[in-house]
Amino acid sequence: MSVRTSWVSMRLKVTSDVCIREWKSGPFRAALRMIERKAFRPCAFLTFSFLICFSNPTFIHAQVTSERLLNSSKEPQNWMTYSGDYSGKRFSALDQINAANAHNMVAKWAFQTGATGKFESTPLVVDGILYATGPDNRAFALDARSGRPIWIYQRQVPSDIRPCCGRVNRGVAILGDKVFCGTLDAHIVALDAKTGAVRWDVEAADYRIGHSFTVAPLAVKNLIIIGISGGEYGIRGFIDAYDADTGQRKWRFYTVPGPGEPGHDTWQGDSWKVGGAPAWNTGTYDPATNQIFWPTGNPSPSNRGAGREGDNLYSNSLLALNADSGKLNWYFQFTKHDEHDWDATQVPILIDSGGKQLIAQADRNGYFYILDRTNGKLISATPYGKTTWSDSKDSDGRPIPNKQASPTLEGHTVCPGALGTTNYMPPTYDPQTGLFYVTARDQCDIFSTAPQPYEPGHAFYGSAYFPSEEAEPHLGFLKAIDPVTGETKKVFQHSSPTWSGVLSTAGGLVFSGDAEGNMIAFDAASLRPLWHFQMGGAVYAGPMAYSVDGKEYVAIAAGSTIYAFGLQ
Amino acid sequence: MKPFWVSSLICLSLLCHAQAQNPLAHDPKAAKAGEYEFRINCALCHGLGAHGGGRGPDLTRAQKKHAHNDAEMFQVISNGIPGTAMPANGTNGQGVGMTDTEIWQIIAYIRSQEVKTSAKQQGDPAHGKQLFFGDGNCSLCHMVAGNGGRLGPDLTGVGASRTRASLIDSIRNPSRRLAWGLTEPTKEFPQEYVTITAVTADGKTISGVALNEDSFTVQVMDRGENLHLLEKDTLKSFQKSRESTMPKYDPEVLSDKDIDDIIAFLANVEAK
Repeated sequence: MSVRTSWVSMRLKVTSDVCIREWKSGPFRAALRMIERKAFRPCAFLTFSFLICFSNPTFIHAQVTSERLLNSSKEPQNWMTYSGDYSGKRFSALDQINAANAHNMVAKWAFQTGATGKFESTPLVVDGILYATGPDNRAFALDARSGRPIWIYQRQVPSDIRPCCGRVNRGVAILGDKVFCGTLDAHIVALDAKTGAVRWDVEAADYRIGHSFTVAPLAVKNLIIIGISGGEYGIRGFIDAYDADTGQRKWRFYTVPGPGEPGHDTWQGDSWKVGGAPAWNTGTYDPATNQIFWPTGNPSPSNRGAGREGDNLYSNSLLALNADSGKLNWYFQFTKHDEHDWDATQVPILIDSGGKQLIAQADRNGYFYILDRTNGKLISATPYGKTTWSDSKDSDGRPIPNKQASPTLEGHTVCPGALGTTNYMPPTYDPQTGLFYVTARDQCDIFSTAPQPYEPGHAFYGSAYFPSEEAEPHLGFLKAIDPVTGETKKVFQHSSPTWSGVLSTAGGLVFSGDAEGNMIAFDAASLRPLWHFQMGGAVYAGPMAYSVDGKEYVAIAAGSTIYAFGLQ
Repeated sequence: MKPFWVSSLICLSLLCHAQAQNPLAHDPKAAKAGEYEFRINCALCHGLGAHGGGRGPDLTRAQKKHAHNDAEMFQVISNGIPGTAMPANGTNGQGVGMTDTEIWQIIAYIRSQEVKTSAKQQGDPAHGKQLFFGDGNCSLCHMVAGNGGRLGPDLTGVGASRTRASLIDSIRNPSRRLAWGLTEPTKEFPQEYVTITAVTADGKTISGVALNEDSFTVQVMDRGENLHLLEKDTLKSFQKSRESTMPKYDPEVLSDKDIDDIIAFLANVEAK
C-alpha cells in the first residue's frame, strides 16, 4: 500500500481562541510569543497538534483491531506493541537486512525531538506511520520512510513535578484509531492516531504525592493496561485497565494488598500504605490463558527494610493477572523484602520449549529466572552477572539472601549495585538461535541506610548507594543466555555499561546501542559486531524493526533523536 | 492579570536575591536532615562525609572552587556546573530532584562538616614548586596555571578540591584510583586516564593515555603529547591497562615532607 501524503493545509487544532489567533500568524513565532507573554496559560493542557489533510484519496489507514494485535506475526512490516508482539520477544521476522549485508547499512533519516534528558521510547510503526513518545510528555507521529512529522503533541509538565529518574516515557500503545500514552502527571491520554488530538484524558492518580507514568501501555482486547511509577515516593502501586473507547477504568490491581486481602500480612503495621511496588515497565500477554504478566518494582523506602518487616508482597514480583478482571492468578516474588532497589521491572518473555510453557525474566537482582507460566512455579534461577547477595538456594531453587547483604548505616558493598545486573532496558528472544539476549552490567555498590520519614510527595529512599571503590570498574555487556538452562553462551563487552535494549531479527542479527552513542548490528550467533554507526548521543531505549514499501528499517532513540537505518 | 504577574515575579526575584544566606544556617536539625539528603543525592560522587575521595571534589574544604558563599552553593546545586560532571538538581537521572529546603539542609550539613576540618597549611610551598617543576618531574606531564605538560590531568585547583589524603594516595599509588578525564554529557562516568598500547597495521607501537574510547575507536595522547586517533579494527594489537602511565613515587624518591611541600604548592596556586 502506498502511503502518499502531501501538505495541503495545516492548521492548528486547539479549542482556545487565544491560541488560534496566535498560531495563525506562524506557529513557531507564536509559541515563542506565548511563552514570553505568559499567554501559554490559556493553552495549558490542550493539544498542540498539526492536522494534516491528505491529498491522495486512496490513503487508507486501517484500524488497528485487537485481532491484528493478536496476529501480529502476520504483518512483520509493522511493530504494534512495545516489545513487538504480546510474547515480549522483541524479535522481527524481517530479514532483508541480514548478516551478509549488514555492513551496507546507512542512516536513512533522523528526527530530532528538541528534548533534553533520557530518551527511552520504543517507537511503534503501523502501515507506514511511526508513533513514539519523547521526554517531557511528548508524543508524535512520523512518516516512517522519511522521518517527517505528521503531528506533534506535548502536554504541559506541571512545574512542581519531580519524577524520580528523569522526565522519561517508554512509548505508546495503539488500538483502533487511537494511540495511548501515560504522562508524567499520572494521566492516561488517548490521542487521535491521525491528528494527535486528545480524544480522552483520565487522571489515574495524584502526581503531587509522587505518582507518574513512564511505561508504554499495552493494548489487550479493548483494554489499555498501564502500571504506575513512583516507588521512590512511597506510593501504593497499581496496575490499571481502561476502556479504550471511553477511558473508563475497568479494573485496578493494587500491587500492595490492603487490609483483609491475601498478602497484607507481609507488611509491618501501616507500612503497606506507603509500600511502593510500582509497575513501571510493560508486561506481556498470553492469549491462550488470557493472562497478563506484569512485573513490579521495589518496596518503599527502597533501601531500608526497617519498619516494613516481612516479604512485602507484591513488590519485586511477576504477577499473572486475568486480562478481563485484573484478578491475580499467581505471583512469583524475585526479591523478598528488598533493600537494594532491585525492581523486578524487566520485560518477562513467553517462550515455549520442549512442550513447556515458560516465562523467562533476566532480573535486576542478577539471576535469570525461568518459570512455568501456567502456575508461576520456579524452574531455575541462574546468575548471569556478578552477584554476592546469595550463596545458597532453598528447596525450590530460589536464592537465599545472605544476612550480611542488608545495608547498614556505615555502608558496605553488595553486587549487583542499585542499578542491577540489568534494568528496564528490554531484552530479546531470538527463536532462530534459541537465545535470550540481555544488556548486563557488573557493578557493585556500597549500600548505606539513611533514616528518612515519609512525607507525601517527597523522595523516600531511606538510603544511599554509591560505587564501591574496592570493586572493579563498572563493566557493561551484551549477553546471550540459553533460556532453557540459564547458561550464558556468548558475551560481548561494551566499552562501558549501556542502557540500551536489544532487538533480534530473522536476518540473523541482534541490534543494540551503547553509552558512547553507537548503534551496533551483531551477528546473532557469535555476537561479533558487523556494523556500527555513531549517533552522537547515549542510548536509553530499545531498538525495533519495520518495513515500508518493501524496505526494511531498524529504528532506535539516541540522545534526543530517533534514527532509522536501512540498506544503502 | 498582567500587572499581578509582573509584581509577583518581581517579589519572587527579590526574595530569591535576598536569600544570600542559608535560612537554615547553624541549625543542627537541618544539618542532620541534610546529612541524609547528602547521602541520597550527593554521596554517589562526593563520598560519605563529603570528603570526595577521588570522584567528586572534597567538600569539607572551606574554600570551594565554584561556590564562595551559600547563595552560590545553592546555585551550583540547583543548576550544576557546565563542563563538569556536576549535574543540575534532579537531572542526574537517578536521584529525585530536591526542594529548596532540602538544598539548604544539604548546605547546612556541608558547612557543619567544614568546621571539623582544619584548613591549616602544612609544608613549604616554595620548595613544593621547585620539586613540581624540577626534580619531582611532575610538570613533565601535569600543568599548573598554564605551565607544564599535557599528558596527565591539569592540576590547577586540585589543591582546593581534593583532600590531602587523596592527593598523597594519587602520588604514592597512582594506579589505585585512576584520574577522571573527559566528561561527556550523556555518560554516567567520565573517561579515565587508562594506559593504551596499540600496534598499527604498519607495525608502529603507540603508547600513552586514553583521552576517550568507545568500542570501535580510541583517542590517545602519547608521551610526546601527539594525538593518535585510532580505529580499533585497523590495529594489529590493542591493549588497555589500569596501570597508570604515572610512576609510583616511593618515599625514596619523594619523602613525606616533599609531598607535603608539593601539596602546599598546589593549595597555594588555588589561593591566588
